[in-house]
Amino acid sequence: MILYDYILSPSCYKVRLLASLLGVQLELRAVDFHPGREHKADDLLNLNPAGSIPILVDDDFVLTESAAMLAYLASKYGPDWAADGDPQAIALQHQWLAFSNRLTATLGGARLVEMLNFEGDLEALQSSGVVALRELEAALFARRVSGGTFLVGDAPSIADIACFPYVALAPDGSVSLDPYPSIRLWMRALRALPGFIEMPGIHRLHELAQDPLAEPDS
Amino acid sequence: MTTDAVRNAWYPVGLLSGLSVDGEDSLLLGEKITVFGSDDGTPRVESCGHILPVVQRFGHLWTSLGAPDKDLFTIPEADHPDRTLVDVGVVRVKCSPLRAVENFLDVAHFPFVHTDILGAETHPEVRDYKVEIRDEVDEVWATKVEFFQPQAAKSAGGGITTEYMYRVPAPTCSVLYKTCPPRPGEWDVIALFVQPLAEDLCDVWPWMALFDDESSMTDLIHFQQLIFLQDRSILENQIPKKLPLDPAMETPTRADLTSVAYRRWLKRHSYTYGAQLVAE
Ligand SMILES: N[C@H](CCC(=O)N[C@@H](CS)C(=O)NCC(=O)O)C(=O)O
Ligand SMILES: [Fe+2]
Repeated sequence: MILYDYILSPSCYKVRLLASLLGVQLELRAVDFHPGREHKADDLLNLNPAGSIPILVDDDFVLTESAAMLAYLASKYGPDWAADGDPQAIALQHQWLAFSNRLTATLGGARLVEMLNFEGDLEALQSSGVVALRELEAALFARRVSGGTFLVGDAPSIADIACFPYVALAPDGSVSLDPYPSIRLWMRALRALPGFIEMPGIHRLHELAQDPLAEPDS
Repeated sequence: MTTDAVRNAWYPVGLLSGLSVDGEDSLLLGEKITVFGSDDGTPRVESCGHILPVVQRFGHLWTSLGAPDKDLFTIPEADHPDRTLVDVGVVRVKCSPLRAVENFLDVAHFPFVHTDILGAETHPEVRDYKVEIRDEVDEVWATKVEFFQPQAAKSAGGGITTEYMYRVPAPTCSVLYKTCPPRPGEWDVIALFVQPLAEDLCDVWPWMALFDDESSMTDLIHFQQLIFLQDRSILENQIPKKLPLDPAMETPTRADLTSVAYRRWLKRHSYTYGAQLVAE
């Protein structure tokens, strides 16, 4: 499976992250998104007329939306990561996948303006990003009160992976995460998952790094 | 504060490959400028109806708000025809332009910020190295900087001890020379060109001249963007925001020696934009 990828793209990172959590190997094709704008050049437009990345290609099967890629990887390699059977859980997962597009448009837009000099109305992007973060905080707080850690059900799912990157990188667009304790706990839980990988701006949990001076298990 | 030294320095304002003939607005030292590409190879920069001086070098367009008293520096090593020249592209950072340069000069942050790439948490030590202000060229130089690196470059096969030389040839520019994994005896050249937009905001234009026949251009760009974006979140959280030039605020450790020399050199030139002169 080939992923058209950009190291700084949170949408691409979603797919890389889930693949890593599932232990699935992806063949990465680096796209010169910035400064080259390769995603807007003919070759990639032929593959994805929307002119965005990621693009996932599995033989002759092509996907151009990260949410669909998460669903595809989960149903193929990690059924526990996608809700199944329970109508409400399935619907909630869809709802969060759709919600993640709002995060991309708002927090992601602010990040591109602030970080890579893209055009956009920064204040409007930031304030609609904050509205989305408040909704997420309220939902995660409610989950916490009823003993849950993740967005849907008892285990992490594609809903969490879809929402996590743009939330974690909100500070890149000058949106602070300080006001959202439930979001911060949720991010910590995700960063602690076995197989978690980093991207610039999203660091591993240092506390969990192996202590170099520790005695080896014997 | 814009002293003469600040106004007369050269600054990068765009990639030659990315200029627009219609002009693009930007900022330099808090002043509005417009950068124009051209079809005949004569890009220009305007500020309040004035044409500013320009230089085209290292894949970037350079300008100055004042009257530069010397030519923009050169990097003779970068002229080697076998080198791949890499325009990494702009990254905006909410930090003092001088902080961006200072961070670039410091190897001690590698294990913690570029974990498992430029440094390993198990090898944090920085050995003795040499720092000097070279009066004849009026530049800061640090040499014989040795550091263990898990993945020193895209072209590195595994962990190696890398040797670095650092150079500050202009107040908001730094060039480093590092061991080139595929060509022992040669140096890879990596530069950070910083455009000060305001005292606490800059556009950073990383640029590289490497020996690497294997990696694609996109891979080289991404390697450097990955590294620089790891720095960005650190840079935006530094306190104090401006770079202190007051010797009373210096707390030199070995790793900091280059930074101390850089600050002294800035002070000697009264380069104060993005600097803090007294403790706040
Ligand atoms: N198609 C959506 C959006 C992905 C997205 O926003 N990708 C960015 C890079 S992170 C992009 O390619 N933007 C260029 C554009 O949309 O023109 C997804 O897969 O989630
Ligand atoms: Fe760094």
